[in-house]
Amino acid sequence: MTTIDPTAEVIASSAEAGDSALGRLLASVADWLTSTDHKKIGRLFLGGGLLGLFGTVAINVILGIERSGIGNIDDNAIAQILDAQRVGLVFATLLPLSIGLCVAVVPMQLGARSIAFPRLAAAGLWMWAGGLILSMIALVNNGGGLGGDPDMVDLFLGAHGLMAIGLAATGVSIATSVLTTRAPGMSMRRVPFFALSAFVMALGLVIVMPVLLGTLTYLFVDHRNGREAFGGNTGLYDWAGWIFSPGVAVLFAIPVAGLLGEGAPLLFKQRTPARGVVFAGFGLMGVAALGAVTQVAVHNVPWAGSDLYLGGSDDVREKLYDVLPWAMFNLLPLLGLTIVLLMTLFLAKPVKGARPNVTPALAFGFLGLGMVMVGMIGTALFAIEDIGLQDTVFAEGALIYVVYGTVLAALGGMAHWAPKLWGVNLPAAKVLPLAGLGVLATVLASLPSYVAGFDEQRDIYAIVVLVGHVLMALTVLGFIGLLVTSIMSQDGPAEADPYDGQTLEWATASPAPANNFVDAPTVMSAEPLADSNSNYGQTDSEKGDS
Amino acid sequence: MQALTAGPAAAPRRQIIIGTTLGVVAMVMMVGGMLAVWSEQRTNFVERDGNWLPSGVVIPEVAANVALIAFIAICTFAQWAVWAAKRNDRGHGVFALSATALVAIMVINAQAFIYSEMGLGIGDGAYATMFYALTGVFMALMIIGVIFSVVAAFRFAGGRSDSEILAAHAIYWYAMSVIYTAIWFVVYVTK
Repeated sequence: MTTIDPTAEVIASSAEAGDSALGRLLASVADWLTSTDHKKIGRLFLGGGLLGLFGTVAINVILGIERSGIGNIDDNAIAQILDAQRVGLVFATLLPLSIGLCVAVVPMQLGARSIAFPRLAAAGLWMWAGGLILSMIALVNNGGGLGGDPDMVDLFLGAHGLMAIGLAATGVSIATSVLTTRAPGMSMRRVPFFALSAFVMALGLVIVMPVLLGTLTYLFVDHRNGREAFGGNTGLYDWAGWIFSPGVAVLFAIPVAGLLGEGAPLLFKQRTPARGVVFAGFGLMGVAALGAVTQVAVHNVPWAGSDLYLGGSDDVREKLYDVLPWAMFNLLPLLGLTIVLLMTLFLAKPVKGARPNVTPALAFGFLGLGMVMVGMIGTALFAIEDIGLQDTVFAEGALIYVVYGTVLAALGGMAHWAPKLWGVNLPAAKVLPLAGLGVLATVLASLPSYVAGFDEQRDIYAIVVLVGHVLMALTVLGFIGLLVTSIMSQDGPAEADPYDGQTLEWATASPAPANNFVDAPTVMSAEPLADSNSNYGQTDSEKGDS
Repeated sequence: MQALTAGPAAAPRRQIIIGTTLGVVAMVMMVGGMLAVWSEQRTNFVERDGNWLPSGVVIPEVAANVALIAFIAICTFAQWAVWAAKRNDRGHGVFALSATALVAIMVINAQAFIYSEMGLGIGDGAYATMFYALTGVFMALMIIGVIFSVVAAFRFAGGRSDSEILAAHAIYWYAMSVIYTAIWFVVYVTK
């Protein structure tokens, strides 16, 4: 027992206090609010992210009604709604869903009893939640980057600073977990794909969020005193608007690739060859962090007509100088994502006599990563100044592709690890169709913005986008309904390893106990659970022969 | 867990040192980002107005230089505390940590002296707001460092002389030295 564990007397008195229904409820709420269990912290992040998604969908619906010409909203309110859309997509949906899944799952994958610095992770959660609530209060009261109430603009800036601190703190916790709490024998090369992708994202948080915080500090001090350096609240999007760009959002979507990396080997129960190549893919996606901290969103890349003509050596050099930064910030992350997709296709090659084992991680991960990829291609095009997409809704389409792709992956991750997190096994026949619906929703919510970027904003595009957002809300509602009914069905705890998994989280009971593992498991390869089963990956006939 | 052998408990892998290192990476990124914005704005204002530092404002360079030199002492004392912890030498350790905190307080005092000598109000233009934002962040990080040193000293005095925490403490002050050197060069030398 450590000095912070409750004594037997305290536990007994707590039990007496919790005899009544209200007492039990209060005790349960207090337990969740003060918990340092990474599974609870992660699920609170995930719950917050899903709530944030519903709020963001509502904002997008209002925006869609306005853009389709049906509504007539005051111009000042539109500014707040646009702010709320950006904050909702990035800070209320993308970040909590991505981080929540990592916090909930990564320590189990590492064979750890807890996350590193659990109180720091919990503090990060509450700072994020507090900052998000304050930023919404500021927006409702005419704050935000385009707001008219100076105090509320200050509150908006401060709230984002609070969120940046909280998210960076959680990033430190995740990254330290991967570096220090791995099971005996688990070298960095044996770290599961999802955990490694979480590590890359966490390092990105540690690098990017402080830069945002520093910029917000300048903006806050300037906004309260003179407003000469950054031009008042309009400076927010000039100097800190990069955090809402789709290029930076890719950094927070890296765990989507990790989820696919978890699901692909389970399809035909194979070990992944050349794991280092997949690791390199995650690392290349992490290059997006450079695009963030350098805050360069648009590049003067030669694109059309005489611009493409290569004159003398000076001209070639100048064009190379223009193209290289664009290629590094946009094409390298795309290359990393392509590597992960190619490895998945390699592992999806049918094995004779083997039945495919389509897990939620594979289905949602593949489709989610596909959506993120379309968003990244859009980001690369948007960054080319000569195409002239800067003053259109094109970037909004790219951001929604990345965010909704991550939402799909988060749903897949929750379904995949539902046995460990909730003690239930979601029926694949009911979960997998939601992936298709989610893809349809994402395409409808994003593709018209791409088209409008090259064409012009038409009413029909706004209506299709609106339908897409509503479909995404229905997808998530369907998922939550499925999860809740599975939890309420009381069919008994799920199997410990329903997918014949390869990584350590499947070695513990379902649901995972408070400290994950009774004994720290020893790892001999990157697929420790496959090692423990001599028939792993064999077809039924091969098992019969042996 | 049927086929997996139960191994011994995982050996600690310098969790506090690695966590602190990631924390100081975040600090360096924050101040680095602020200095980058400072340089960008300085260029913009020089091109537009011809000057960046408001006329009549003189930076007390002696105080800024002394603060820079003081960081050599801070790092030496912090490393001395690590040395003492490895030998479980409580006297040396507490003295080194106290000296670290004391010199850090002197640096804070030097920064306050710079504020008073410059006589610049926080609302006196773009330079002033950015100067106070940047050096204010530095002051906040210094205060955190002083708290770190004082807590480490009390822990050491109470018999908890684990060298890992003191190594993390030293890493913090090394990072602060790098941060102040960058601020010193960009803000006080380049002006």
